[in-house]
Amino acid sequence: MASMTFNMTEKTALKPRNDEYSALLTRVAQTRDRAAFAALFDHFAPRVKSFMMRKGSNAEQAEDLVQEAMIAVWTKAAMFSSDRGSVSTWIFTIARNLRIDRLRREKSQLYTDLEDFDAPDLRTDAEENLGRSQEDNHVAIALAQIPEEQRQLLILSYVEDVPQSEIATRLNIPLGTVKSRMRLGYSRLRKLLESMT
Amino acid sequence: MTITHHLDDATILAFAAGTVGEAHSVVVAAHMSLCPTCRAALRAAESVGGGILASQPEAAVSDVCRAATLASLDAAPAKKHFPVPHGELPIALSRALGGKSLSDIKWHKKAPGVATFDVPMPKGERTHLKLLRIGTGRAMPEHGHGGEELTLILKGSYSDHMGKFSVGDVADLDEEIEHQPVVDSAEDCICLVATEAPTKFKSFWARLVQPFVGI
Repeated sequence: MASMTFNMTEKTALKPRNDEYSALLTRVAQTRDRAAFAALFDHFAPRVKSFMMRKGSNAEQAEDLVQEAMIAVWTKAAMFSSDRGSVSTWIFTIARNLRIDRLRREKSQLYTDLEDFDAPDLRTDAEENLGRSQEDNHVAIALAQIPEEQRQLLILSYVEDVPQSEIATRLNIPLGTVKSRMRLGYSRLRKLLESMT
Repeated sequence: MTITHHLDDATILAFAAGTVGEAHSVVVAAHMSLCPTCRAALRAAESVGGGILASQPEAAVSDVCRAATLASLDAAPAKKHFPVPHGELPIALSRALGGKSLSDIKWHKKAPGVATFDVPMPKGERTHLKLLRIGTGRAMPEHGHGGEELTLILKGSYSDHMGKFSVGDVADLDEEIEHQPVVDSAEDCICLVATEAPTKFKSFWARLVQPFVGI
């Protein structure tokens, strides 16, 4: 189950680095550059689509969400700040929030964007240092280094949207065990990621 | 405001992945708006999501979808960032209350010194969100939890065996934990509580009162 969920391609080295996506996004924000947007679309749309299909959407629903998410990338480009994380992370949160809104079938907006309460002047050094333009392939590399039982739970959670209580039921382990494996996996990932930056 | 009680990393991960229920997501977002430490942890958890998204295999996107997206750009104006003014309540709660403030809501008196308000949740939502107002010196009956419970202190403070909980602190409790909070502030203690199931009270008195208090 977990093995098929993320794939570390050998091509990662040939792909543009995060800074380049970040530069494209800056062009979108500053000059409404359509070519830059199209380049972002061509890179991210197929990944968002595949991610949504992994979560149970059919192709049509996944493309609806792709369209909505990429339009949000266009409209919200000026809100992106590369010192808080990579473009992939930003797009991940946009797609996550849209999917939740859609599942709840109402525009309750309860799932607040961090941007809403995270104005630059409220930020702290701790935040500045943490998400700083992490290379996305670092996450894949770090995920490959944590124990399978921890990775499996993170994948079930992030990729398949399974709540922790349901993971406990599915795997027939106590909820407390699910949580402690999650915590362990997360803390190891954080350490690995920090050592790579 | 110094925050001493934070969210469990497991909760932050679930929030980042998008798998927490509505009630819990309001409490998490409300705490995030007050706590830079948990915001930093959330960013790290979200970067895991970003890395997983980035390493997804590509699914071919139809030309129709691409063309439709590019064609809608002109009708999609840029949004600017407007910092949200700091109101009385964290923005996530304020939205859940439809803009009402704590003084606007209709408290239901449940017992002497205890009043509650059910925050409306979307139809079919399995989690419950409640505001709880407890008078000074009052003890909540000792209780364990049926599922995951999150409590955020909005006003006043209480203490239990885990320590003192003041404004901004969050109690992120497993179902195994039993506690008996006592309000120790001069003013009423107001908390926002997300639960998955009705809280189970232990004592005989509490069992009598539970249907009545309903928390």
